[in-house]
Amino acid sequence: MSTASTAIKAKQRPGDRVFSGSAVFAGSMILVTLAAVALFLIVQSIPAFFASHEDASILPESFWSYVGPLLFGTIWAAALALIMAVPISIGIALFISHYAPRRLASVLGYIVDLLAAVPSVVFGLWGIGVLAPAVQPIYAWLVDNVGWFPLFSGPVSGTGRTILTAGIVLAVMVLPIMTAICREVFLQTPVLHEEAALALGATRWEMIRTAVLPFGRSGIVSAAVLGLGRALGETMAVAMVLSASGAVTFQLLTSVNPSTIAANIALSFPEAFGINVNVLIATGLILFIVTFVVNAIARWIVSRRQEFSGAN
Amino acid sequence: MSKRIEVRDLNVYYGKFLAVEGVNLEIEPRSVTAFIGPSGCGKSTFLRTLNRMHEVIPGARVEGEVLIDGNNLYDPDVDPVLVRRQVGMVFQRPNPFPTMSIKENVLAGVKLNNKRISKSDADDLVEKSLLGANLWNEVKDRLDRPGSGLSGGQQQRLCIARAIAVAPEVILMDEPCSALDPISTLAIEDLIEELKLQYTIVIVTHNMQQASRVSDKTAFFNIAGTGKPGNLIEYADTTTIFSNPSVKATEDYVSGRFG
Amino acid sequence: MTMTTKPEPTTSVATPIQNSLTAGRLPTPAPWLILGAAIAVSAAIFGVMGLAGEAGYNWGGALLVGALLYIPSIWLFSMLVEGRRRAMDRLVTALVTGAFVLAMIPLISLTITVITFGLNRFDADFFTMSMRNVTGEGGGVLHAIVGTLLMTGTAAIISIPIGLMTSIYLVEYGRGQLARGITFLVDVMTGIPSIVAGLFAYALFSIFLGPGTRTGIAGAVALAVLMIPVVVRSSEEMLRLVPNELREASYALGVPKWLTIVKVVLPTSIAGITTGIMLSIARVIGETAPLLIAAGFTQSMNWNLFDGRMSSLPVFVYTQYANQGNPPEAYLDRAWAAALTLILIVMALNLIARLVARFFAPKFGR
Repeated sequence: MSTASTAIKAKQRPGDRVFSGSAVFAGSMILVTLAAVALFLIVQSIPAFFASHEDASILPESFWSYVGPLLFGTIWAAALALIMAVPISIGIALFISHYAPRRLASVLGYIVDLLAAVPSVVFGLWGIGVLAPAVQPIYAWLVDNVGWFPLFSGPVSGTGRTILTAGIVLAVMVLPIMTAICREVFLQTPVLHEEAALALGATRWEMIRTAVLPFGRSGIVSAAVLGLGRALGETMAVAMVLSASGAVTFQLLTSVNPSTIAANIALSFPEAFGINVNVLIATGLILFIVTFVVNAIARWIVSRRQEFSGAN
Repeated sequence: MSKRIEVRDLNVYYGKFLAVEGVNLEIEPRSVTAFIGPSGCGKSTFLRTLNRMHEVIPGARVEGEVLIDGNNLYDPDVDPVLVRRQVGMVFQRPNPFPTMSIKENVLAGVKLNNKRISKSDADDLVEKSLLGANLWNEVKDRLDRPGSGLSGGQQQRLCIARAIAVAPEVILMDEPCSALDPISTLAIEDLIEELKLQYTIVIVTHNMQQASRVSDKTAFFNIAGTGKPGNLIEYADTTTIFSNPSVKATEDYVSGRFG
Repeated sequence: MTMTTKPEPTTSVATPIQNSLTAGRLPTPAPWLILGAAIAVSAAIFGVMGLAGEAGYNWGGALLVGALLYIPSIWLFSMLVEGRRRAMDRLVTALVTGAFVLAMIPLISLTITVITFGLNRFDADFFTMSMRNVTGEGGGVLHAIVGTLLMTGTAAIISIPIGLMTSIYLVEYGRGQLARGITFLVDVMTGIPSIVAGLFAYALFSIFLGPGTRTGIAGAVALAVLMIPVVVRSSEEMLRLVPNELREASYALGVPKWLTIVKVVLPTSIAGITTGIMLSIARVIGETAPLLIAAGFTQSMNWNLFDGRMSSLPVFVYTQYANQGNPPEAYLDRAWAAALTLILIVMALNLIARLVARFFAPKFGR
């Protein structure tokens, strides 16, 4: 160290400026990327909005009559997946957080996470090769015996590749993320609340009902909405499993099924040409907007929860 | 190797909140000065303005002057990094770098600044600093083991060794013993006695016996109430503060009749 | 079901006084006995049905129905012996355990299927040949492995610096509007459906290189769009775990901020950051849809990211399945073998990531 009067006065450090500059640059790249995604999708979509059957051969009439049934199928398949996945993921999360032996808990959690590591195309193969043949007899039985119920009306699909099968595959695929979030929230339940419930003579279920579930409610909701976002955008598994005809129908077990936006893009894009490409990109834009809205709702719920819990 | 500190009309703000108000103070070279006072009175905040560490906290800013041998720390073109090389700091909880060995921790100030240092110079510096921190005999056989394997008191002395290895003029200590057991505390206090032969030392403490044992001068800070700024109430020789204070609040505080 | 699960009052001479805290309770092995009985009954029913029909015996169905039968039976027995509240508790325990078992069924089934079908073509040819001039049997996946490695590698080279520096910006520098905006945009990016990322990359490159262009670099850009937010999120979390005390200790030694970040903060969190990056690679390496759109597929080897279509493992799986030729078994076998390869790669990445996290994490002394 030299004398103070010279040492203390110093220049701006070039290292600091370069480093913070590149950090800001990287952050701005996110902004640029997202702006580019939105911009390119919109630019490429514009011709599609005004196209008719003469311009683009895949359009029946207008763009909106094309995207409508697809949007219906997308939401219907995701909703089916969610109806199955929410109770099961809550069950798994409770099992891991409150029922399984402590030492096993992390291993069990890891096993469920393994499901998330399976690529969607493999789920697709499994859905066609294993799941669809396995559930087809059950579908046939349902149509024969509960066919009076509108959702289960026949005639039954001979392959089992129906919207319900697609929903099951989607449910399996969103299970890990939903389970992980629920588990995290359940584990954060204040131990004091749990012990208070137990000290009042509650059974384990009563403790969970009075302490754990109310605490985790918004966590469960945000997990469900995040799972919904995943299910809406999932492509390959649906494209492979679902044998779609493009109809708008709620029937679960017949061979007449709606398609989804993402699956339709994957199936049609490799052979598309001319304005058809723009039409498919425009459906992608619609999907982007729908998932954006769903994720925005999830974020809003999460932020509200943080305000309530007072953490951070 | 030690400097005189002068503080003139210093105000510290967190955002709009005035945390410490109107401090005037002179600290002599080669002395130990203790800051005492109730929790939240701004003594730690004030300590951190002496080497511009408060700037780490978002929104913290300072009005007034801190002169170290006549150089104002808050002149516009002063580099806070160079200030901190001359005014070292030891924290409340021992914080050795977990990725570094004992030796690397001592050399951290040199190595982190990308300075070239020959192996023999480095070994000399490690030995000198650890000797200076009364830690050499305990760790000389395991210099390559991680610093986090030491006991709390040893870790704190390692942090002191790390601070003096940079050859500062002033050492600030922010409640250095509050996380330690009595025996480790005693070791640190003995060390402070030795360090003051070379360095100007400023120490914040909650422990009044400690202040009276180690310091030459004592500054008492107080706060009028929550939301009010902290003030320097009295600054005098330690013996005066503890036996014959001139302000009633000081007397109440040092005699335990506080509040 | 004739098992008596009602506990006999244990009237031994040594303990004549009944403990007042005991209530009617099912003995510990009772749930297991009930489960066994339920499965036995179900197996018997399936046996009778199997005699009537001509289909083979359905073990999976018998186990499933048995497990379903267990749930009301345990409730009923517990209701009789232990009362309403305990019966409810046992019912929920059964349901919750059932949910976990149910989730294991697809995992186990998938593992078995992929391994049994995948091993048919898991041979040397498969990993040393491309599909060039192959119709029917034979052929291999080398061109797709090369494509996957090239595109994923390029995506990683794009995403890691941007993602890591962004997270450093958010944790160490970011304040105010820009930081909040970037956090929001990263959230939005996390939610981009993978096929939309593919469409974006396609649209981007078709504007510059003419419509219909499909190249490896477009695939890599699509993957990078998906990978960047994952890297940002995980790195940000790891950087926030570094105690502020370490940053302060470094500043107090007169170390400038950027050196503090490079030499103290990053080394402390490097294990976690590495884990996050590997998991993000594992996530994008299995992506099919964006590569199908942006990079297309080919039967030949292509080492050039900037010229011509490029195959990848997941797209190979899909195209082998979707465009089955003659004989179809050869195509399906290749699809399954490629699926097995892909899963092994993903699992290996996951495993290494977790090992890195476990063994290289710094120990904080408390």
